[in-house]
Amino acid sequence: MATRKPAVKSLTVAKSPATASDADRIEVRKTYKLYIGGAFARTESGRSYLVSGADGSPLANANRASRKDLRDAVRAARKGFSGWADRTAMNRGQVLYRVAELMEGRRDQFAEEVRQAEGVSVARAREITLRAIDRWVWYAGWADKIAQVLGASNPVAADYFNFTIPEATGVVGIVASETSSLLGLVSRLAPPLVTGNAVVVLASETRPLPAITLTEVLGTSDVPAGVVNVLTGRKRELVPVLAAHVDIDALDVWGVPDELRTDTELAAADSVKRIARRPRGVTDARFDWLDDRASERPEWIAAYLEMKTVWHPIGV
Amino acid sequence: MRLMATEQSRLLPWSGDRAAAGWGLGDGQAIPWEYAPAPESRDVVTIRSRYGLFIDGREVQASDGGVFSTVNPATEEIIAEVAKATPADVDRAIRAARRAQKTRWGSLPGRERAKYLFRIARLLQERSREFAVLETMDSGKPIKESRDVDVPLAAAHFWYYAGWADKLEYAFPGRVARPLGVAAQVIPWNFPLLMLSWKIAPALAAGNTVVLKPASTTPLSALLFAEVCRQADLPAGVVNIIPGPSDIGMHLVSHPGVDKVAFTGSTAVGKLIQRAVAGTDKGLTLELGGKAANIVFEDAALDQAVEGIVNGIYFNQGEVCCAGSRLLVQESIAETITEKLKDRLGTIRVGDPLDKNTDVGAINSRAQLEKITELVAAGVAEGADMYQPACDLPDRGYFFRPTLFTNVAQSHRIAKEEIFGPVLSVLTFRTPDEAVEKANNTPYGLSAGVWTEKGSRILWMARKMRAGVVWANTFNRFDPTSPFGGYKESGFGREGGMHGLHAYVRLEDR
Repeated sequence: MATRKPAVKSLTVAKSPATASDADRIEVRKTYKLYIGGAFARTESGRSYLVSGADGSPLANANRASRKDLRDAVRAARKGFSGWADRTAMNRGQVLYRVAELMEGRRDQFAEEVRQAEGVSVARAREITLRAIDRWVWYAGWADKIAQVLGASNPVAADYFNFTIPEATGVVGIVASETSSLLGLVSRLAPPLVTGNAVVVLASETRPLPAITLTEVLGTSDVPAGVVNVLTGRKRELVPVLAAHVDIDALDVWGVPDELRTDTELAAADSVKRIARRPRGVTDARFDWLDDRASERPEWIAAYLEMKTVWHPIGV
Repeated sequence: MRLMATEQSRLLPWSGDRAAAGWGLGDGQAIPWEYAPAPESRDVVTIRSRYGLFIDGREVQASDGGVFSTVNPATEEIIAEVAKATPADVDRAIRAARRAQKTRWGSLPGRERAKYLFRIARLLQERSREFAVLETMDSGKPIKESRDVDVPLAAAHFWYYAGWADKLEYAFPGRVARPLGVAAQVIPWNFPLLMLSWKIAPALAAGNTVVLKPASTTPLSALLFAEVCRQADLPAGVVNIIPGPSDIGMHLVSHPGVDKVAFTGSTAVGKLIQRAVAGTDKGLTLELGGKAANIVFEDAALDQAVEGIVNGIYFNQGEVCCAGSRLLVQESIAETITEKLKDRLGTIRVGDPLDKNTDVGAINSRAQLEKITELVAAGVAEGADMYQPACDLPDRGYFFRPTLFTNVAQSHRIAKEEIFGPVLSVLTFRTPDEAVEKANNTPYGLSAGVWTEKGSRILWMARKMRAGVVWANTFNRFDPTSPFGGYKESGFGREGGMHGLHAYVRLEDR
């Protein structure tokens, strides 16, 4: 890899404060990979792109995923879906809570990556990180309650027992927020996940590194392999493939660049995908992810649920 | 019908000297007696020779004066001429709906909106026989069904949603539900009045106004509904009805002046409509096609199951998006079920939809009849075994015999494509897992049926079905309180129940 992009040599990754004793030590740098089917994989295309911090300084090379990687991710998600959806609701809630637990332990690392990626102050980066952790907790708690809020027993006008229960839609494609590299991602990732959907995420193109670090948490927090898959790369290249893939049931177009949105939704129509959009009048760049009321919504969970209604006669 | 020739050559014509005991043994013989005609009177409804559009509370002609004819599919006679909406009429209707939403309906307190909807429900009940006869004449469905299913359910829908109009805050706890504005609604020809009620009732309850395009072969009940709106003194522009061809429907849903689009119809058209709203902020709900599996386990109550299978596929001539068109029978009982079905088919009465004894009426249009005929021919050509009972069909009109295919493979067109006609494909399975796999092996996911006496298996199957409605030991039941809608390419969003409100509101913080 290093031979292809000379710029890599000048990278400065999140450094811990140097002490006298590490002055001579050469730092071990991290390779940022894709996350497909529970494995940290390099793109099959062998391509990468340079990711710079908000201040313009180079941070690392990220994989530039190909359409083949995307198809692999969808296949992994489909495989992961049934097992995840079949878990008990309480179990899924515990797994999401576990993600929060592990993020808490690495919060300084996340805060530093968010600071570099988004160019915010240390205090702000810390606030964003802690809120991302808390958001997992908020959505985790919905796992075994959403069916009671959105489900129903229906008093039909005949002798039938009739009830409606929500079920996960299936495989969800998420085009993540371009600006909010961690909190925006978590806020849109947790809602489909908590009810049993499997997801394929296209991370922020310009700020992908926190998403990849998040996959390291997911990989060690009992989220089954394939349930979350994360790709980095060019949205212009990958969004059309994601939108047109027939084995994706729903699409979150939140982070789709405005100029691609219509074409994305046109492609999604060919397999009748459910489309989750930003609320009317909301822009990605201006959205306040720290506003709990705005980002913690049962409707965001409902966007990836199918209502199933079951009838049975009553009689002796 | 050319297709029947081979089959009929095998069938003996009924002659009066056959013993009564000889019928109904699965050999395809006709019933050895005839039912006296029991026609419903047409006089209960006054059908005019000409109908206009319903825009802004008034009946108006199309902007270019154009009309089209609507035909009784049972007689092929023209019933009436109907104004054919133009793009200019669509504009006019949307403007009227917008004005009504802004100036009156949107700000009317929920409890007052409710009373209008209750009025409409009552008027539909009061005029139920008119609607039933008109619906049957325009669509070809048996009077028994329009009278006992379509019209009462339509009234019940308005009744149900009327009560929600002033209780929206309880449907969306923690949120304030605001109307979206103007809803563009396009409905199919299989349940014209019922689909109208599914669309209009929740929209109005939530404070929206509507522009509705009925199907071009069945516009009359919607236009009679316009009369009900006037009788109810519904404010002008709250409901607008613009019959016309499908391109007018596309014009309507593509119009920048609408906030929400609701469509019931084929998956192919649904995709076009989803494309038409791509990149906009319009809300969208789609209720599309289906290819439902009706699964019968060996421990099922077989005679009840046979009734359910017949109701599942021959109800409304099979012109039902959720029809149980794929019968999956456990191998050990396949032969028994098939024989019982053949017997039962021999007792189905096909004919004059206005006859109160008719079970299967007329196919809605010549085009639909041709589509059914083509797919049935494909079934024969692909090697499935066809069975049809020897019933007489009327000389005129679009009729098709109840049809049963055995020896069907999953790859056959009749097992994959939505036929939208009285055609059942029988497939078999051995294990519950195989039943699940076959049932879900379709891009559709609207409904499914399960027949077994084992409770835990019912619930297991219900969980495994990727379908929006699961009927266990029953089929084709509908109720306004019961959400209806599909998984996968059968569409998204639900109609009916509290869930049906969701498509017509914007949620805001308190």
